[in-house]
Amino acid sequence: MKIDDALRDSVLAAVPKLRAFAISLSGNVDRADDLVQETLLRALTHIDSFQPGTNLQAWLFTILRNLFRSEYRKRKREVEDADGHYADSLITHPEQDSQMEFKELRVALSKLPQDQREALILVGASGFSYEEAAKICECAVGTIKSRVNRARTRLANELSIEGPSDLAPDASVRAVVADKPR
Amino acid sequence: MRSETSRSVGGGSSGSLDKETQTKIGQQLRAMYDDVVRQGVPDRFSELLKRLEQDEGSGRVDDEESKP
Repeated sequence: MKIDDALRDSVLAAVPKLRAFAISLSGNVDRADDLVQETLLRALTHIDSFQPGTNLQAWLFTILRNLFRSEYRKRKREVEDADGHYADSLITHPEQDSQMEFKELRVALSKLPQDQREALILVGASGFSYEEAAKICECAVGTIKSRVNRARTRLANELSIEGPSDLAPDASVRAVVADKPR
Repeated sequence: MRSETSRSVGGGSSGSLDKETQTKIGQQLRAMYDDVVRQGVPDRFSELLKRLEQDEGSGRVDDEESKP
């Protein structure tokens, strides 16, 4: 297969972000890497359908998302587990202590409905605009906005980071929350 | 940690969170995300691309499902 060098480099350069997205979606490093591999295969075998000049990263994210969703439909029960038992199966890289640090967050993320989770990750972590995220998720911009808002609210509840305006914890509590080691 | 002064979060209605909470969530999300990004490109992926190029001429890989 002939792949334009510059294009190949751009695809490769997108891999770290694709992995981060895939891990956030699936909560599982091994499955995420398989997903990224499938995404690369799919992308490069269909590279003709990529329009030069458009956002390559968004295109790759779209492919990955679609693959994840079709896989997700196949193993729905396994992936979404509202009780969070699934959290126990979250895989951490042996050499990657820092993954443990984010376990609480990953558990909370895994409890979000998939639509909300992907919207929040795309906008809140991957750095896509609402417009780009809407395109990737094939929905309206307003839909993305409301999904992101709902996801944030739910996450805040899960992680017990309530804003002062909601519960008005006293200053010392607020300071503790703010200084929470990460 | 990144400073967070960026765009305001859409909607503003329907019980949205205060700025401080949003900031905290955003920081945690990005920290988790960037932690993976910093791991770079695992060898299996650069090798995969090399292999694909060597396959030149065979015309296909083990992927025949629909288009992206």
